[in-house]
Amino acid sequence: MNRRTKTAGSLLAAVLLAAGCTGSGGTSKGEDAEAAADPGKVSGSITVLTHRTDLVQDGTMKKYAAAFHRTYPKVKVEFDALTDYEGEVKIRMNTENYGDVLMIPSVIKKNDYPKFFASLGTRTERAKKYLFTDFTTVGGKVYGQSPMGALPGFLYNKRVWKEAGITDWPTTPAEFLDGLKAVRSRTDAIPYYTNFKDMWPLTHWTYVDGAVGCDPRATSRLATGDPWAKGEDLRVGDTLLYDIVHGGLAEKDPTTTNWEGSKPKLAKGGIATMWLGSWAITQFRAAAEQAGANPDDIGFMPFPAQRNGKHCATMSPDYNQAVNVNSDHKEAARAWIDWFTDRSGYAADNLTLSPVKGAPLPEVLRPYEDAGVKLIELDDAKGAVVKEIDNESEIGLYKPDYRQDLVDLARGARKGSLDDFLGDLGERWEEARKATGS
Amino acid sequence: MPDTTGRARPPRAAPAARTAHARDRAPRRLRLRRGLTPWLFLAAPLVLLITFTYAPVANMVAYSFTDWDGVSPELNYTGAENYVELLTRPELFEVFFVSGYYLAASAVQIVVALYFATVLSFDVRFRNFFKGVLFFPYLINGVAIGFVFLYFFQDGGTLDSVLSLFGVHPDRAWLGTPVSANVSLAGVSVWRYLGLNFVLFLGAIQSIPGELYEAAELDGANRRHQFRYIIAPGIRPVLSLTVILSVSGSLSAFEVPFIMTGGATGTETFVIQTVKLAFQFDKTGLASAAAVVLLLIVLAVTWVQRRLVPDDKVDLV
Repeated sequence: MNRRTKTAGSLLAAVLLAAGCTGSGGTSKGEDAEAAADPGKVSGSITVLTHRTDLVQDGTMKKYAAAFHRTYPKVKVEFDALTDYEGEVKIRMNTENYGDVLMIPSVIKKNDYPKFFASLGTRTERAKKYLFTDFTTVGGKVYGQSPMGALPGFLYNKRVWKEAGITDWPTTPAEFLDGLKAVRSRTDAIPYYTNFKDMWPLTHWTYVDGAVGCDPRATSRLATGDPWAKGEDLRVGDTLLYDIVHGGLAEKDPTTTNWEGSKPKLAKGGIATMWLGSWAITQFRAAAEQAGANPDDIGFMPFPAQRNGKHCATMSPDYNQAVNVNSDHKEAARAWIDWFTDRSGYAADNLTLSPVKGAPLPEVLRPYEDAGVKLIELDDAKGAVVKEIDNESEIGLYKPDYRQDLVDLARGARKGSLDDFLGDLGERWEEARKATGS
Repeated sequence: MPDTTGRARPPRAAPAARTAHARDRAPRRLRLRRGLTPWLFLAAPLVLLITFTYAPVANMVAYSFTDWDGVSPELNYTGAENYVELLTRPELFEVFFVSGYYLAASAVQIVVALYFATVLSFDVRFRNFFKGVLFFPYLINGVAIGFVFLYFFQDGGTLDSVLSLFGVHPDRAWLGTPVSANVSLAGVSVWRYLGLNFVLFLGAIQSIPGELYEAAELDGANRRHQFRYIIAPGIRPVLSLTVILSVSGSLSAFEVPFIMTGGATGTETFVIQTVKLAFQFDKTGLASAAAVVLLLIVLAVTWVQRRLVPDDKVDLV
């Protein structure tokens, strides 16, 4: 007995010691990954960790690497595609060995960026050329760059909506609901599909934030007040979701939905609408082609709210690429990020926003341009605080749980009223805000 | 004579001394070797056990006293704060109500497994085939089972089509309300773990000597009597083991509900909640504390159960 407790004790001590050791992991703080002056001179072999398993498998990434190789002949690029990106990278980041270039996983606290990543330059310098620099700025330095950006919106089947007699984008939530009702009564399509079971599509409803009030400081407002107070963006969005489900305008059994199956269904007109991001358009078009439907039927519309007679849409970055602070080939890694952002055509290939300022909108977003949708870049200065409050409150703005509860509430699988539900969220948010001292 | 004895003695003494000497040394070496041998055999499993069971558990216990977020190099020792937080948030324990469904299901599971084990331990046609059929689900990967049953419960899925063959059109979302979802999920886990219980029971029943049945039959005992007076007492230790496994399994149900519903619609179990604390909200410290609490609860339940039903020796003859 005695011996057993002793070994357990020493094990515990060893563990604590090992845990303490990781504290010295980020010794090379504040290192920079300089841009190369002469592409011909940069050399080294770099590993890029990526979540795009599909692009690595079908060889697209290899094509990018080959094009990159033509400009930087002495750099060799290898890809490490991770299926469960967040989960695996998180564990690898407890060591020094997490590739040379990687996408910043969401679990890393913004203030910890300098411990894990090499800086790409100062904010003032980079913001002249690029979008989304704000999202990775710590202490005036930028630590990552997203290679593409997306706009939130409703993917819809144009043909179905036209059959229902609606050709103009709705401008208020009420109008949008009327539109869905018309779809229900005049067509065979499911008016709205929640993708409840696959969970992550529900998290997109958080990107309503900013689109309703057209306020670039929408994120900061989350950090300073109740996001579900009357008239706030998230309340408007969540109320719309509630009304859709409550009004019987969503699929009959949300608990067994199927994301992959939903794509051809929308393309063929079995589903009329889904709230997603502009990144999804390519996937739905591909699904339409595969299913023998017309890819041009896939439409994209902004959130039904207007300010000064115009719709608004927020531009948000995808995963940000960063350089591992422990990398031996920082210059080569930096070269890859710059090239991939500026010259690879990755954003255009995915029909998404280019992070380079002044680049033209992709063809699929032409209707946005024509309708004069105002694109706003959210100010992310309080992004880290919002995340901290979010975790402390266990609400999960970018997690599916509370929206699943909301859908359950709306379809009667959970007792209570919408006001109480949103009020409770607000209370928890306020409490967490006080607890984190912001 | 004395000479011979005198001469004979030393040689006799010498080997004796030698053997005594040898007995002094060789046995020590032998004893050492004998002492070491079991450890040599044990080394591999022990190393595995320590690296993959005890070290992680020790790690987990250590993390439960910190505010670690799972990746940050900074972690602070916070004392018992996580435990205090756990115990002052009763809503975290509400999820144990869900375990009730799994507990009820495991009662059903034990009865059904016992029934099949008894029936199939006698001479039945195709008994090996049925044994295979019953054990088969246990061999399938839990993730695969989750996906298969998602299709099964889908609107217009397998279950609905089978029911419509009998003219029943329930038209319900099986995973749609908390009660029906939990019952469905518990049903899936019965389907999955029935085979394990069944095999344990079957093994125990078959270890009962066959003469006992013959003797009982001569005495005019029918199948029911045989079960009541031979089988049931004969497999008591295995039965109580199964109950313990079922109770701890119900408290820590995870795979099936996590894959099928992700804890939505009131199907969240304690383990799912813990996983969400750790990996969604980055509260690895708090989640570790929750895991330790679950471990203690399971140990406590097992202990109480052992006290209520002591594991006495079975003597059939």
